[in-house]
Amino acid sequence: MDTVLQSPSVEEITQALKSEFPAVEIISTEERRVKAKCPREISHDVCVFIHEKLTFEHCSVVTAVDYIDHLMIVYLLANYYTGIMIDLDVDVPDEDLHIDSVTDIWEGANWHERETWELFGVVFDNHPRLERLLTPKTYEFFPFRKSYKLRSQE
Amino acid sequence: MSYEYTSIRDFIDFPDPYDNPFTPFLTSNLPYDLSYGLWQIIGGTIAWLINVIVPGNGVSKWLLCDEVSVVFALAIFMLVTFIVAFVVVLLNLWMERKVLGRLMDRRGTMIGLKGFLQCVADGLKTFMKENTIPSKVDKMTYIWCVSLIVGLSCFVAVMVPLSQRWYVVNYDTGLLIIMAFYALAPFFILVSGWAQNNKYSLIGGLRAAELMISYEVPMLIIIATTSLLVGSFNIGDIVNAQDEIWLIIPEFLGFIVFFFCAIAECERPPFDIAEAETELVEGWQTEYAGMKWGLIMLGDYLRGSVSCGMVAIMFLGGWTIPFIGETPIPEIIFLIKAWFVFFLMILVRGAIARVRPDQILNLGWKVFMPLAVFNLAIAVLLKIGGFY
Amino acid sequence: MADSLVPVLEAQEKMDTDKMWVIWGPQHPFSHGLWTLKLKIDGEFCVDADPIVGYLHRGWEKETENRDYARIIPMTDRLCYCASMTYSHLYCMTVEKALGIDIPEKAKYIRIVADEVCRIQSHLMWLAAVGTDMGNLTVFLWAMREREYFLDLNVKLCGARMTTNYPRIGGVRNDITDLFDRDILRTVDRFEKAMWDIIYLIDDSSVFVSRMRKISYLTREQCANMGLTGPAMRGCGVDFDIRRDDPYDNYDKVDFEVPVLNKETKVGDTYDRYMIRIEEMFQSCDIIRQAVQKIRAIGKNAPYRIKTPTKVPAGTTFGRLEDPRGESIMYLASDGTDKPYRLKVRSPIFTNVSCSKVMCEGVRIADVPAVLAQIDMCLGETDR
Repeated sequence: MDTVLQSPSVEEITQALKSEFPAVEIISTEERRVKAKCPREISHDVCVFIHEKLTFEHCSVVTAVDYIDHLMIVYLLANYYTGIMIDLDVDVPDEDLHIDSVTDIWEGANWHERETWELFGVVFDNHPRLERLLTPKTYEFFPFRKSYKLRSQE
Repeated sequence: MSYEYTSIRDFIDFPDPYDNPFTPFLTSNLPYDLSYGLWQIIGGTIAWLINVIVPGNGVSKWLLCDEVSVVFALAIFMLVTFIVAFVVVLLNLWMERKVLGRLMDRRGTMIGLKGFLQCVADGLKTFMKENTIPSKVDKMTYIWCVSLIVGLSCFVAVMVPLSQRWYVVNYDTGLLIIMAFYALAPFFILVSGWAQNNKYSLIGGLRAAELMISYEVPMLIIIATTSLLVGSFNIGDIVNAQDEIWLIIPEFLGFIVFFFCAIAECERPPFDIAEAETELVEGWQTEYAGMKWGLIMLGDYLRGSVSCGMVAIMFLGGWTIPFIGETPIPEIIFLIKAWFVFFLMILVRGAIARVRPDQILNLGWKVFMPLAVFNLAIAVLLKIGGFY
Repeated sequence: MADSLVPVLEAQEKMDTDKMWVIWGPQHPFSHGLWTLKLKIDGEFCVDADPIVGYLHRGWEKETENRDYARIIPMTDRLCYCASMTYSHLYCMTVEKALGIDIPEKAKYIRIVADEVCRIQSHLMWLAAVGTDMGNLTVFLWAMREREYFLDLNVKLCGARMTTNYPRIGGVRNDITDLFDRDILRTVDRFEKAMWDIIYLIDDSSVFVSRMRKISYLTREQCANMGLTGPAMRGCGVDFDIRRDDPYDNYDKVDFEVPVLNKETKVGDTYDRYMIRIEEMFQSCDIIRQAVQKIRAIGKNAPYRIKTPTKVPAGTTFGRLEDPRGESIMYLASDGTDKPYRLKVRSPIFTNVSCSKVMCEGVRIADVPAVLAQIDMCLGETDR
C-alpha cells in the first residue's frame, strides 16, 4: 500500500491490514476499536505499517498478559485524527520470550517495554536500554507472572 | 591614697561622659550615654559594696576611674547597640510573617503577642538542635564562613546610625565603609559553597558571586550619585541635606534601581537565586543545620534591615521630617521609614516569582546600569544648574 | 613551555571536568513526590536528564488479581489522590464494558460532574505546585484556597474529600444529595471570578511569563511520538481530546470546545503548556453547568445504579478516559471468574515523565522546575 491514510475508518483499517498482511487476524471490530492478532515474526513490520501508512502516531500501552503457556503482548495504538484505537495482540511462547522492540517507531513505548520486561520477563530485542525501572536492580524474578504467587494466593 | 567616701551617692554620681578625656565620641551619643550611666550604677554599686566590706581599698577607686569606666561603658555600649539591631530584626521578621500571611490569605504566625513570640520560639528551636558537621566538608572553612558571614552582618547592622545621636562611628566616609563591608558577604558565601563539598552548595555559591557582579555596580553608581549631590559620604550630611526635599524626588530612577539592588544585596526573594529552594534545595546553606542555619538566617535579616536603612537614609530623609527637621524621637522616625521600605520588599516578595540567574544579569547590566548612569547624568545636570 | 603544557591539556580533556551529574531527589523540594531526576549540567545548562521512578511501586496491578471486582474500586482511589474520581470512574467503565452493560443516564451525568470537579481540583493542585516551583508562595495558597471549595463539593457528593470511593460498577454509589446541584453551580460561578485573581497575578507578571516563555519547545510530532498526552500535548498543537474524539459516558451529548494552542505552528513552549490547563478549568466549569442542567432535567427519582453480575465473561477489553493529566487506559483481561485475570493501568504521567529527558535538554537549571511542573507529577499512579 502506497497511500498514507491520515484518518482511516475502521473498515479501511481492517481492509488495509488484511490486504497487506494476510497473517494478521482481525478478531473483532466495534465503534472506533479494532482488535487484531498478529504472529510474532511480523509484529514489527505490522507496527511500522500502522505507524507510517495508517498514521497511528501514538502508542498508548505496551503490556503483557500471562496465559501460563504463552504470554500475550498487547499494543494499544491510537490515531490522533479519528480517535480509533487498534488493539494488537501478539502471542509469545513461554520457552522463547523474545519480541522486537517498537521503541524505534514510537519513542513513547520505551518505558512501557522496560516495565513489561521487568515485570514479565519478555525480552524486547533492539531496545535501547532494557533495564529495571520500577523494581530494584537486585530482583532476579518477574513479579507479575502467574508463577509468582502473592502470600494470599498460595 | 586615701579618700573619704561614705554614702553610695558618692560612688554613683553620674558625671558627664564627655568630661572624661578617654571618651571615644566627640558629639553626643545616646547609647553611649546610656551605657556610661549603666556602668555608673553597676560599677558604683560594686565599688560601694567592696568599700563597705574593706573600707578605703584601691579596687573601688579603680573601678570608677576614667579609663576603666570607658572600657566597661564601651562593653555595655556594644551590647546595647546589638540588642537594638537584633530587636529591629525580630520585628522585621515578625512583620514579614504577618504581612506575607495576609497577602496569601492566611493569618501568619499566631503564637503570643500577635505572633511575635514565634520568632523567639524559632530561635530557641534552632538553638536546641544538635550541632552537626558533615564528615566530608572542609571543617575550618565551613565553620569560619558562618562566623564571618554572621559577624559581618551584625557588624554592618550596628554600623547604621539610627539618628544624629545614635551611631557607632561617625566617619566622613561612613556610607562607603558600610557598603564595603556589606559587599563582603558574597565572597564568604562563595567560599562556603566551595567548602561544603556539595553540588547544590557549589552552584549556590557561584550564583551568589554571579548575583553580586550584576547588582553591585549600579548600586555603587547610585551611591556615588547621592554623594555627588550632597557633596559628602558622611551619613549625617546626607540626611541633613534632605531637610527640605527628599533625594527620592531628584533621584527617583535611582531609588527604584537602588531598591531592587538592595533586595538583591540581602538575597531576598525574588532575587534569592543563591538559595533557590526548588532548584538547589537550600542553595549554599544546604549543609548547615541547627544553630548555624539559624545564625545565617539572622544574618540575612540583619542585612535586610541594613538595606532598608540605607534606602531610608539615602532617599527618604533618614531620621528627619521635611520642614520640621529633628523631632524628639528621631530613632523611631528612622525605623518607621526603614520598616516601610521593608514592607515594600515584602510586597515584592509576595507578588512575583523568583528571577532566573541570567535574567538577573540581564536586568543588572542592561536595565539597572543604564538607569543608574542616566540618574547620574541628571544629578550632574542638577549640580551644574546649581540646584544642589 | 608549550611542550610542558601538552600533558596537562590532555589530562584535562580526559577528566571531562566541565560537566557534572546533579541528582535531584527523591527528597527534593521540586519533586512533588518520591522520584529522582538525574541532571547532567554544563555550567548553568542541562545537557542530559535521566528520570528514575519506582520508589512507590506497590504492585498495584498484581494486587488486583487477588480481589473481586467490587473490592478494587477503593484501591483505584489510591492511584492518584488528585484524580481519584477519574480513576475509579475509569475502572468502573472498563468493567461495565467487559460486562457489556449500559448504565442509567443519570449516573453518566453524575460521573461527568464528578470527573470535571476532579479535573478542576487537580489542576488547582498543579497550579499551586507551579507557584512554589517558580518561587512564589502566594499562588500556592490562593490556588489551594480555591481547591478547598471543590473538595467541599466532593464531601457533599460522597462524604470524602479525596479518596472518594464513589463510582460503582453499574452506576454511582448514591444519588446527588439535596441542593448539591445548587451548590455546585454557585461554586463554579464563584470560582470563575476568583480564578481571575490568580490569572492577574501570574499572566500579568512579566517575571512569571518570562520564566516560562521560550523554553523547552516541543513539536507536535515529538509529543505524539513520545507519548506525551493530556494538556501538555494540547498546548503543543495536538488537537486531540478523548472526551471529544473518543467519547465515553455521554460526553458526546455535552457541548464543549477543547482548548488547543498552536494548532497551526505545531510547536509549543512551557507557557503554552501552562496556559492550556488554565483554559481547561474554565472549560470544565462549562461542562459542569451543562451536566447539572441535564441531571435536573432527568429528575429526582430516576435510577442511578443498576445491579450487575459479579462474574465477568472471559475476554479482554480496555477503557480509555481523559484524566486531568492525560490519557488513562485500563486494560482488563478476565477469565470468567469474579476476579480480574490481569488489570493494567496506563498512567499518563508514567509516559509523560519519560519525556523529561527531551524537555530538560538545553534548558537552564533554574528552568527545570518550571518545565517539569507542567507534567504535574503524581507518583501514586506513576509507580502503581
